Amino acid sequence: MSVLLLAEVHNGQLATDAVAKALSALAPLNDSVDILIMTGEDVGAAKEASQLDGVSRVLVAQDETLAHGLAEPSAALVLSLAPGYTHIAAPATAYSRNILPRVAALLDVMMIADVTAIESADTFERPIYAGNAVQTVTSTDRIKVFSIRTPVFKAAGQGAVAPVEILRPIVDPGLSSWVEETTIASERPDLTSARVVVSGGRGIGSKEYFETIVKLADKMGAAVGASRAAVDLGYAPNDWQVGQTGKVVAPDLYFAVGISGAIQHLAGMKDSRVIVAINKDEDAPILRIADYALVGDLFSIVPELTEKL
Amino acid sequence: MKILVPVKRVIDYNVKVRVKADGSGADLTSVKMSMNPFDEIAVEEAVRLKEKGVVSEIVVISIGMPQAKDTLRTALAMGADRAILIEATTDVNQDIEPLSVAKILEKIVEEEKPDLIIAGKQAIDNDVNATGQMLAGLLGWGQATFASAIEITDGSALVTREIDGGLQTIRVKLPAVVTADLRLNEPRYVALPNIMKAKKKPLEERPVAALGVDIAPRLKVVRTVEPAGRSAGVRVASVDELVEKLKNEAGVI
Ligand SMILES: Cc1cc2nc3c(=O)[nH]c(=O)nc-3n(C[C@H](O)[C@H](O)[C@H](O)COP(=O)(O)OP(=O)(O)OC[C@H]3O[C@@H](n4cnc5c(N)ncnc54)[C@H](O)[C@@H]3O)c2cc1C
Ligand SMILES: Cc1cc2nc3c(=O)[nH]c(=O)nc-3n(C[C@H](O)[C@H](O)[C@H](O)COP(=O)(O)OP(=O)(O)OC[C@H]3O[C@@H](n4cnc5c(N)ncnc54)[C@H](O)[C@@H]3O)c2cc1C
Repeated sequence: MSVLLLAEVHNGQLATDAVAKALSALAPLNDSVDILIMTGEDVGAAKEASQLDGVSRVLVAQDETLAHGLAEPSAALVLSLAPGYTHIAAPATAYSRNILPRVAALLDVMMIADVTAIESADTFERPIYAGNAVQTVTSTDRIKVFSIRTPVFKAAGQGAVAPVEILRPIVDPGLSSWVEETTIASERPDLTSARVVVSGGRGIGSKEYFETIVKLADKMGAAVGASRAAVDLGYAPNDWQVGQTGKVVAPDLYFAVGISGAIQHLAGMKDSRVIVAINKDEDAPILRIADYALVGDLFSIVPELTEKL
Repeated sequence: MKILVPVKRVIDYNVKVRVKADGSGADLTSVKMSMNPFDEIAVEEAVRLKEKGVVSEIVVISIGMPQAKDTLRTALAMGADRAILIEATTDVNQDIEPLSVAKILEKIVEEEKPDLIIAGKQAIDNDVNATGQMLAGLLGWGQATFASAIEITDGSALVTREIDGGLQTIRVKLPAVVTADLRLNEPRYVALPNIMKAKKKPLEERPVAALGVDIAPRLKVVRTVEPAGRSAGVRVASVDELVEKLKNEAGVI
């Protein structure tokens, strides 16, 4: 038995935290784990991956066609390696959600999404219905293809040295091509791995005032999140959305400011260790799950909090 | 140009799901069911492309219970031209896995030969987020997932995708599979006259058996449980008290 773990590289940077957490999620399998890096850039990320504990080998495919996570060439490369593995996994991100189901279909196996615990080589736990139920499923497929909800795991350590092998790139089927990307480079920690997350909702009222949430986050070295309403209204960019259909986070400390606490939002943050809710409505559902609730007007609370932290 | 939109009937997003006491799954008897919200967005996009004159025919398809006819009627009322129901089960608790759904859709695509398929990015019941990608793989077509904008230009689709870190634009050759994300559009409300008109639009019912697709599930549900709940904590009266508690009680700052 052995595991192939897809690792994402963006702008030459390995998504180290997600990969390290995936490695500890995989520990119950007691298998050798090969990391696969598909990138268009230089292979510096491979060295970083090779130092993570629990890695047998780092396989690197470097080619222009693999630079932007396009599904067809990426899936083709994974498929070419699949016969050597019993498990193919990746952190559950937009990148892997694009590639893994395609791989699964072409292997004629079912995709197991957002695994939160591995019970045995064929049995996995995953949340369904926006986290309102937790299901344990056994797969009868010969190769298990699954994504891991990494924020709920602790990161594996560093200090190992695994060998790095360069793979021959595959031929791009040429079905799609990259045009452009508008990603905002930020000094802030990544939403899914930050220790503290400050999220704002519809209650923030404007894009301008959302800056105050950003300021509060920066004061604490936190990542910024948002409800769907805040994103739809243009207060915050799409990739800040926390929830069932956005990102799932589990920081030590989560601030929900002007967020009512719809089930779709809770699905993305209820595994946070400590939840703080700031809301003017006594009856907002978020107050029923918050460890600390401050009922009042956010327009006076947020500036005061920023000053006193 | 012809578009195929797969729509799924799911538990309404406002319903709080309860798990059955015997651990076999969620209790879906007598709860409100609706069209998967992402599929409403997919249908809306298809209708807009038709209104722009880019698309000539919209076919919607659902796989599942006979009651999925209601969902298909809604899609027809929104502006789809024709509907296909593949009857695969009569038990609301028997969901069809994305791999099976993708294989069934593959068969229908062979018959219908659409130029574009717009699916939802995920169904909000099982949240797998897989069917569109699986279908694209089986067909050997290009895919553009999590779309927030679609533009059709000579033989290809220019699609803006919601990715981690921002937005990505890719060009994908037609035929292709696109999956709809939340910000692609805001679906219209269906006006009553359109609901009446939809009753006259063709809706073809077919048994899944005739397609010769193996839909035996690959995943066996061992158990389904309610997640560990969180209980309400304390109300704090002031910012000072909050800061004090975060420091000294929770130890998180
Ligand atoms: C298919 C689907 C997927 C979805 N996915 C997600 C998702 O992934 N993530 C997500 O978040 N949502 C998601 N939603 C939307 C979700 O159902 C809610 O609509 C959304 O979370 C509401 O956002 P909100 O809490 O910011 O807004 P509201 O519910 O409008 O709440 C605003 C809150 O701000 C408070 N407030 C207002 N003014 C002040 C003030 N001055 N001071 C203090 N408090 C104030 C109000 O009391 C209220 O509680 C999804 C919905 C659907 C249908
Ligand atoms: C309580 C429970 C019981 C279960 N029991 C069984 C069981 O007995 N047998 C079994 O096989 N599996 C069972 N499962 C597993 C389940 O079938 C899969 O996990 C589920 O089908 C995942 O699909 P999804 O709807 O989340 O797909 P997604 O990939 O998230 O759906 C994406 C898009 O694909 C399209 N689509 C998906 N399904 C359909 C459809 N039916 N018709 C038309 N378009 C569609 C839509 O456009 C949709 O937006 C069960 C799951 C649960 C929660």
